[in-house]
Amino acid sequence: MLSTTFLGVKLKNPVIAASGTYGYGREYESLFPLETLGGISVKGTTLMPRSGNKPPRIAETASGMLNSVGLQNPGVDAFIANELPYLKTKDIAVIANISGNSPEEFAELARKLDIDGVDILELNISCPNIREGGKSFGADPVTAAAVTRAVKAASKKPVMVKLTPNVTSISEIAKAVEAAGADALSLINTLTAMRIDIRTKRPILANNTGGLSGPAIFPVAVRMVYEASGAVKIPVCGMGGIATAEDAVEMMMAGAACVQVGAAIFRDAYAPKKIIDGLEKYCLDNGNISEIVGAVKLNERDNEW
Amino acid sequence: MEIYQKSCEVLRYNKLTDTVHDVWVNAPDIAEKALPGQFVNIMVPGFFLRRPISICEVEKTNIRLVFEERGEGTRVLGGIKPGDNLDVLGPLGNSGFSVDRYSSAILVGGGIGTPPLKFAQQNLEKSAAVLGFRSKANVIMAEEFRNATVCTDDGSFGFHGNTLRPLERLLLERVFDVIMACGPKPMLRAVVALADKYNIPSEISLEERMACGAGACLGCACKTVADSIVSYPRVCKDGPVFDGKAAVLC
Repeated sequence: MLSTTFLGVKLKNPVIAASGTYGYGREYESLFPLETLGGISVKGTTLMPRSGNKPPRIAETASGMLNSVGLQNPGVDAFIANELPYLKTKDIAVIANISGNSPEEFAELARKLDIDGVDILELNISCPNIREGGKSFGADPVTAAAVTRAVKAASKKPVMVKLTPNVTSISEIAKAVEAAGADALSLINTLTAMRIDIRTKRPILANNTGGLSGPAIFPVAVRMVYEASGAVKIPVCGMGGIATAEDAVEMMMAGAACVQVGAAIFRDAYAPKKIIDGLEKYCLDNGNISEIVGAVKLNERDNEW
Repeated sequence: MEIYQKSCEVLRYNKLTDTVHDVWVNAPDIAEKALPGQFVNIMVPGFFLRRPISICEVEKTNIRLVFEERGEGTRVLGGIKPGDNLDVLGPLGNSGFSVDRYSSAILVGGGIGTPPLKFAQQNLEKSAAVLGFRSKANVIMAEEFRNATVCTDDGSFGFHGNTLRPLERLLLERVFDVIMACGPKPMLRAVVALADKYNIPSEISLEERMACGAGACLGCACKTVADSIVSYPRVCKDGPVFDGKAAVLC
């Protein structure tokens, strides 16, 4: 009842572990099998190994947290050699999350990952565009489209573009990457945020700012998934603060065909499994899961501005 | 690494000082697997992130946790009573104190760094402990260690001064295999320097702001340099105990 097809890939359920929250799938195996999940978006991968940002990289907030890990990862070649073989033995959709500093770098990553075992490419376009003074690719429809086009030309894999919420109009970016050939969207990435230690007058994060995630951002994510999915014809994978099965249902009603669960895992490692079990129960009472996608009906408002 | 996430009953509670709490928790799976230096990550009602707390000792199916109020989350955690349940994730950490590798050790504890050293001492053949605290009111667990020298910064209890002079005296008097230390970074830095001076290995337990505790999020990185290669290992999964020579204490 929970099984669904997303970008031609069969998901046994619509619940995917979000990039950067589940490593490469090994850490929680003793709690419940990785194959319980519909999919895993692996830790963000770059062309060369990255050691990441200086600590502290974590700050707690009300109903959430900030992180500034800085894309620490062993590089794409090490991912292919050491992590992908393990993931290939599992009956689970594998989403390779990639980050680059230029469209060419994204394309190079996509070429290297155009191999057996990778089901979907997810483009992290929140990373800085070095040629444009470090502004994020995802903050501008032109650069977001350029990255999408470069990857589409380099790979036959389905391409899902992960959008940053740090923009004025998410619909505009969504339309631009759709026109550039994206097969799906995933959103939202974290919201840029900051916390200050009032005793030292210094930011808690060594990087000064970081990305806010957790239940604190859930309503923002629901609104943006609603707007983006209404603006495009391609499917949307919804994420941002999902912690319960009810949250997942809400996100799907806003327009998400599947969901990713991230920071909630840090509070309760069983969160993805509880969400899957809860969705199963929801379907027993309400029918097939795909029927709720985009099922929200807006209220009529009295005064339109 | 096998880890568990379970709701565990609090069996006993003691207040050691105004801000240090001592609890015994029934956690059979964790107790069976726990090794000296490992820790657990505890859910706090009303707070998003868990709080990492070192395992102080294990007795049959129970684990003992001694922790200090550092902020709002640990203050709430300090309000627990016997009969309450704690959601515990653990045992965490792949690298603890090498109690199987060494037969004699000097244990150096600073303040709330003291508790995990008890678990280490229980598993060492020969050991001496040097425990440092700010003042008499902050002294914890002093009588629970064998061959212990207790120091206070203000001289209100035991040796007047920090742990370094008693540590150096022990290094001059007798031969030990290793120094195992847990405490504030300035203390750890000084302990590693003394270990270098006397050409003895050191193992230090680190802490860092942490999210998952299980190695998945890369949030709790620390810095190490080994053979001039800089890396950012995870305190939770690659530690929490590191070779004193490799760890960069910035």
